[in-house]
Amino acid sequence: MKNKIPVAILSSLFALQLHAAQVTVFAAASLNESLKQIAADYEKTSGDKIIFNFAASGTLSRQIEAGAPVDIFFAADETKADALEKKGLLVSGTRKSLLGNSLVIVTPTDAAAIHSPAELTNAAVQHIALGEAKTVPCGTYAKAYLEKLQLWLAVEPKVVPCESVRAVLAAVESGNVDAGFVYKTDAAISKKVKVAYEVPAADAPKISYPLALVKDAPQSEAAKRFITYLDSDAASAVFKQFGFIVLSSPPAK
Amino acid sequence: MSSAEWQLVGFSLRMALASLLLILPVGLALAWWLARKDWRGKALVETLVSLPLVLPPVVTGLVLLQLFGRRGPVGSWLHTTFNYDVVFTWRAVVLALATMSLPLFVRAARTAFEEVDEKFEQLARTLGAGEWRVFFTITLPLAKRGVLAGTLLAFARALGEFGATIMVAGNIPGQTTTLPVAIYQAVENGEDVHAWTLAGVSAVIAFAAVFISEKLQRRRK
Repeated sequence: MKNKIPVAILSSLFALQLHAAQVTVFAAASLNESLKQIAADYEKTSGDKIIFNFAASGTLSRQIEAGAPVDIFFAADETKADALEKKGLLVSGTRKSLLGNSLVIVTPTDAAAIHSPAELTNAAVQHIALGEAKTVPCGTYAKAYLEKLQLWLAVEPKVVPCESVRAVLAAVESGNVDAGFVYKTDAAISKKVKVAYEVPAADAPKISYPLALVKDAPQSEAAKRFITYLDSDAASAVFKQFGFIVLSSPPAK
Repeated sequence: MSSAEWQLVGFSLRMALASLLLILPVGLALAWWLARKDWRGKALVETLVSLPLVLPPVVTGLVLLQLFGRRGPVGSWLHTTFNYDVVFTWRAVVLALATMSLPLFVRAARTAFEEVDEKFEQLARTLGAGEWRVFFTITLPLAKRGVLAGTLLAFARALGEFGATIMVAGNIPGQTTTLPVAIYQAVENGEDVHAWTLAGVSAVIAFAAVFISEKLQRRRK
């Protein structure tokens, strides 16, 4: 009799453990608020727990290569997923291109206005924050865009490379740089920056967020369920609310 | 090593040397003041000077960023009065390195000054020497080894500084990127060979600086 209650507690604890899995998601920094909100909703209904590591997609892919215990990779740049897929680190068939975004030039709210990318070459613009072009997708896109406009050589000496798109946003917010390239969705969550110029989709490189299950994922079954949820109408609604473009393309090969 | 790597090493050495130029006058004055004088609140100054040694370097960086940022009290004044920007320029590198390595220099120099027998200084004063002359002809020459050892330690520390530097100066290739920051970036980019090359250079310089510093301090005894 004496032992019954502790046993009951213990067994219920184990039962909980069997159902609740901890899914680890390595996600692009720009997905921070939207994914957290989606995960909060998902945790309530599924009982699973979602753990995030937000950073530049290049940093995350480096960590996955080094063997980080991760279930899902959600990057802001297809090439980062390509590199991992080529090394056999993503489960083929699980990859989807889920979201799109657009590039904007932001300035501190109290700074003189800029109306075009060409004005970035003005002498008054001394520092321009950009994601580090090799690891931060937003920086890769911005560099490609400036190269296409043949402004890169003039802009390059002013560039302050940042370790993620959110570091770019913070640098502009602080007023320590005169302008920066972030996604439209990042600019929308900050009250301390203003959008000076929105890059038309036709001019910018295609911005696409790939999502895939990582090979040797510790919680692959629970992770697959969350991937399915991320593609659901409920999740799409949240992404749209934050300003993302929800892509309805079939899964990439 | 590539020419870009040599340039990076040269830049880092120049920045560390420039920080020594800031540290030497300030540090010598502080060390002498702490070694020779007693005043109320001395313990507070002692603690403040040593604080960057134990605070997380990014915290020191954060404080510098708040002070010297374009909207910070010092930064905005420099910007409006002289149109002089600190954050994200080489000046921020020097500032970060100097702040981080000052404590090491002050500690070594202070101990060296304390070991100088005050009788020699008194003697010089009775012969009519002023305080400046006493310091430069008696105290400093007698404390030479300790001060030199401290200088080398501060220099080595400056070359290795990462946390505060990346906060205030960022990582602008050719403008603010120092050896440790470049190593971090190389690892981030998956350029392992580049990272190891730079790591090797850092190790050689640090080894030399500490080795000489140790030798100087041991011979003093």
